[in-house]
Amino acid sequence: MSSNITTNTGSNTTVSPGGLPSRRNTELALLVFAVLIPVFAYANVGLAKDGSLPAGMLGYGLGLGLLAGVAHIVVRRWTPYADPLMLPIATLLNGMGLVLIYRLDLEPLPGGAAAPTQLMWSTLGVGLFVGVLVFLKDHRVLQRYTYISMVTALILLILPVFFPARFGARIWITIPGVGSLQPGEFAKIIIAVFFAGYLMVKRDALALASRRFMGLYLPRGRDLGPILVIWGLSVLILVFETDLGTSLLFFGLFVVMLYVATERTSWIVFGLGLTIVGAVAVASFEPHVQSRVDDWLDPMQAFENGSEQPAQALWAFGSGGTLGSGLGQGFSRLIGFAAKSDYIFATVGEELGLAGVMAFLLLYGLLVERGIRTSLAARDPFGKLLAVGLSAAFGIQVFVVAGGVMGLIPLTGMTMPFLAQGGSSVIANWALVAILLKISDTARRPAPAPAPSPDAEMTQVVRT
Amino acid sequence: MSELTLTVMRLGFLAVLWLFVIVAVQVIRSDLFGTRVTQRAARRAEDQRSQPRQPARQPSGRRGSGGGRGRNVPTKLVVTEGSLTGTTVALQGQTITLGRAHDSTIVLDDDYASSRHARIYPDRDGQWIVEDLGSTNGTYLERTRLTTPTPIQPGAPIRIGKTVIELRK
Repeated sequence: MSSNITTNTGSNTTVSPGGLPSRRNTELALLVFAVLIPVFAYANVGLAKDGSLPAGMLGYGLGLGLLAGVAHIVVRRWTPYADPLMLPIATLLNGMGLVLIYRLDLEPLPGGAAAPTQLMWSTLGVGLFVGVLVFLKDHRVLQRYTYISMVTALILLILPVFFPARFGARIWITIPGVGSLQPGEFAKIIIAVFFAGYLMVKRDALALASRRFMGLYLPRGRDLGPILVIWGLSVLILVFETDLGTSLLFFGLFVVMLYVATERTSWIVFGLGLTIVGAVAVASFEPHVQSRVDDWLDPMQAFENGSEQPAQALWAFGSGGTLGSGLGQGFSRLIGFAAKSDYIFATVGEELGLAGVMAFLLLYGLLVERGIRTSLAARDPFGKLLAVGLSAAFGIQVFVVAGGVMGLIPLTGMTMPFLAQGGSSVIANWALVAILLKISDTARRPAPAPAPSPDAEMTQVVRT
Repeated sequence: MSELTLTVMRLGFLAVLWLFVIVAVQVIRSDLFGTRVTQRAARRAEDQRSQPRQPARQPSGRRGSGGGRGRNVPTKLVVTEGSLTGTTVALQGQTITLGRAHDSTIVLDDDYASSRHARIYPDRDGQWIVEDLGSTNGTYLERTRLTTPTPIQPGAPIRIGKTVIELRK
């Protein structure tokens, strides 16, 4: 630090692409692969269930291939330098979700066939993906809507309170004639836009004005204000909507972005502390949350008391073993009505085994990694924060659902991104991937020609 | 469908799924090459390494030069006029270069400064010296244009183009 000019602040690591090729052909090859794997899985399900190839296999494969093809052409045309991995991974996850839902449709579960509806939602999702890529010229435009997105996100989060609770949680809004939506899925994108815009402006105050105490940077009281407000809001969501998932996602996202913006470990410590305090306090008096916690602490006792799902999910994972029972040969229908949505990961665990679960978790991990890589490569602070926020929201959601299904944390009403049945989730996650692709396109685009070096300019001579 | 076919398909599917993951990781691996990771802290460490003896020698120089000037040793360089007004640089035995070139310690955004305008460095006794590096418009210590490396007294203004700097205690 010998020649540290005091006006120099900010992060000290930059990753800059050194003349990257656009990688569009890599993406195309992976995309073909990502379409063929679900078709293989589809054939596998049919052979295992009826001993013949399923009738809709060709149409299904063509449908998925068409969606992937359209998305690829749009990426080629509008974001030629975007990351080559995100689209194939999203396509593979979405395709596998369709296969798993089709596979569960063959079981006598309540609710009827869900795969055709899910394919329609996926089409809408890819439509929104295309729309974002075509019409969002530059992600920095979103920065203008920092406070508007705050208001929109709050409205989206508060709306479900006015609609009746379903399965004990108020996270749906029902539009007559259209169906029901989970606004929380869209709110997570919009809230990431707000946090990115807000923290970009405030991060210096939050990072620098602090005292050092026992190795931690303690922020000033007034800088603690925003985090306390967000914490209060997420606790209120937990109380009024009895939805631990949205609350965790909302608060976790804020803490992650605060940490990334300020490089202060103390925010993580504060965040974890506040999360524990809030969750324990609410769980001790809110009956719905409390019952979820009881199911988590003792699933076998809960099984006796009529709440069979957590125990059935654990048994599904257990009977799957290392390599699984094979697609179409498990008994995850025993889980009951949520098998296609919240508990779809248990079907993966039973029929593809630990090997399959790990592969899926790695795919999610790779998608998050690409998002964070995009953030490292992005040149503008808003894009950096937004990319981190979106990938963190995606990662936290995977953690909350997978952790809930596997019994690591109490189960909450969230959906496995791309995999689970649910229109809002698929559409919102395609939009999320589209924004990440847009940021990565800007980040990986070859830098414009450098400004003419002042060294090359002539020095003016003072005339006396 | 025979048991064997189903087993082969089951294992085959897992293999294909993992193959996708591995191919994806390979794509990331090829992405890692061809990038440059710049650590700004590392560059500073290099600066220090390139001048390893001077900081060590400086304290002895101070002692050797007697008590008279010991109190007079400046600790920082302050920009008092110009677009960088308020910037300070700690003086810890390193050479400070001034100019319009990007690799200068203090980069001057000034049409009247040369790319490598002047440098300020401690001599063997720890006395800070300013030297003009053949600039177009010259470097002024107080009112005189420099022709040779000249010792700087703390508080004396050094003018380079529109910028004025001082050494302070």
